[in-house]
Formats: sequence, C-alpha cells, structure tokens
Amino acid sequence: MTEEQRLQSCAEFQAELPDLIGTGQTMSLHPHIQSCENCRALLADLETIAEAARQLFPIEEPPDELWTQIEQAIKKENSNG
Amino acid sequence: MPRSRKSPAPSGQPAAQLPREGEFVDENPQPEIGAATEASIPPTPSLRAVSADPIEADALARAQAGDHIAFAQLYSLHKKRIYSLCMRMLGNAAEAEDLTQEAFLQLHRKISSFRGDSAFSTWLHRLAVNVVLMHLRKKGLALVSLDEAMEPTKEHTPARSFGAADPSLAGAIDRLQLERAVATLPSGYRLIFVLHDVEGFEHNEIASMLDCSIGNSKSQLHKARLKLREALRASTPAEAGQ
Repeated sequence: MTEEQRLQSCAEFQAELPDLIGTGQTMSLHPHIQSCENCRALLADLETIAEAARQLFPIEEPPDELWTQIEQAIKKENSNG
Repeated sequence: MPRSRKSPAPSGQPAAQLPREGEFVDENPQPEIGAATEASIPPTPSLRAVSADPIEADALARAQAGDHIAFAQLYSLHKKRIYSLCMRMLGNAAEAEDLTQEAFLQLHRKISSFRGDSAFSTWLHRLAVNVVLMHLRKKGLALVSLDEAMEPTKEHTPARSFGAADPSLAGAIDRLQLERAVATLPSGYRLIFVLHDVEGFEHNEIASMLDCSIGNSKSQLHKARLKLREALRASTPAEAGQ
C-alpha cells in the first residue's frame, strides 16, 4: 500500500483528493505528499482555502427598508387570516 | 476529519443535535425542497429556548407568544447573517433581499413551532437555506447550476496541478480577496462551496439538499476549491509569481 501510494502519479493522487480530504486522515503523512512538492503545495492551498472560508463572517447588511417590507407582508398575512 | 464548525452557529453556540447520516432536517422539521412551505407542526411555545444570548432567548420567547416588537428584535439580531447567506448563495442583491424577506416571513409563520431542540440560530439558518434552495428549484436554476458544476465547460474547469511546482498561496488568504473569488465562481460551484466550507454543512446534508450523490458533492467541492485557488493566485500576481 505505502509503496503503491509513494509511486502514485500526481494525476492519480489528485483524482483521489476529493475523497481523501475531510476523511480524518492526516494528509501530510500520505507517501505521495511526502515525496511530491507540487501536490504538497496544492494540498496546503486547498486546506488554507477551506480554513479561510470557515472564517468568513456575515458581512452584508440588508437595506433598512427591508424590515418595513417584511412588516407590511406580515400585516397582510395577518389580515388575510 | 472533525469539522471545526459542524453547523452554523453565529453567536458561537455549538450546533446542537447534528443530523445523522442521510438526514438533513433536524428536530424542527423544515419543508423539503419543493414541498409546501406551511408548517404542519402544532404550535408548542418553547419554555427552554436554546440561546447562549439572554437577549435573544428573551426576544424569542416573547416573539413566540406573538410579540411583534420581539420579532423585530430577532430580525435585527439575525438579519445580517441571513442576508449574507442569501447574497453568497445567490450572488444577487435584489434576490437576496426578496429571499431574506421570505425567510423572515416563514420564521414568523413557524416561530411558535420552534421547540428549542437545537440552537435557534441553527434552526433559522436551515430555514433560510431551504428558502433559497426552493427558490432556485422553482426557477430551475439549481438544476442548471448543478449541471454546470457537474459537467463544467472547458472554460470553467479548474486546471489540474501537474508538472512544475505551482506557486502556493503562502498559507494566508485575505478575507476580502476570498469573498471576491467566491463571487466569481460559477453558480453550481459557489453553491456547494458556500454550503460546505462557509456554512458548515456536511456532504450527506448537501447531497440530500441538492439531490445529488455524496461523491458528487465531494467532487464538486474539490473543483470549487481548485477554481478558487486559481482565482486567488491570479489576484495576487506579486506573491504568486515569486
């Protein structure tokens, strides 16, 4: 297994990446990662992107008039029973 | 790998009662995509509303009892998060406003059925995601978008990374830069990336929501991240080129 993984081509390794990422495996120990600088950089970038995405917070404020519209819609619903 | 944020929890409260494999809906069922939007659960006002924030807990209890001012307070507390979610999923301010309104209208209809079995913010968040997905289904856009993600055109297909070493992102991404890059993703990729990486849904939940396989969800997320990597590297030529 490990010899096979070590000899894996970048194409083979990257084809498996969607399943490997997020499985709980420590990817840095993967034999191909240890021997391939390019795939190591790719993996680091993808992990950085996923980590950065988790840090994205709500940034958009709805316009002030939206609440007025919601209030009107609620009143309309209430008056319609 | 355990996710650092399994489910949306804007106020820092842990997401309670995570769905099991194959489940999407939590203890406070939300309508399936395309299903009727009216709640069928009898009102059972919560006596133990789950909220780490006492102001929210109080507003929630009062809103459940029909207090309109308290409902306005809940809107103020959650409007930014719900609107941001809509914006990220839709990439369009006008639609985001319409669907934020629809999400809060649905909240108003269903708030008395919230039993407090999960965090209120999680429950509201799922309600909003369902509203957006139902909207996309109605418009036929989800299917188009997902197909687009499933079989991207050559122009949209992320490049694989073989051969010479690529310049890396150097381990740091500016938040604004990432927001911009996400906004430029093809809609199918954006949807899956936002649901999984930003909003914290699991692949089995996304597969259920988007009616695709778990494998597809994983594969499209991977392609979305590859596209983002390309976009981010392109937007930082100074660092990337060195």
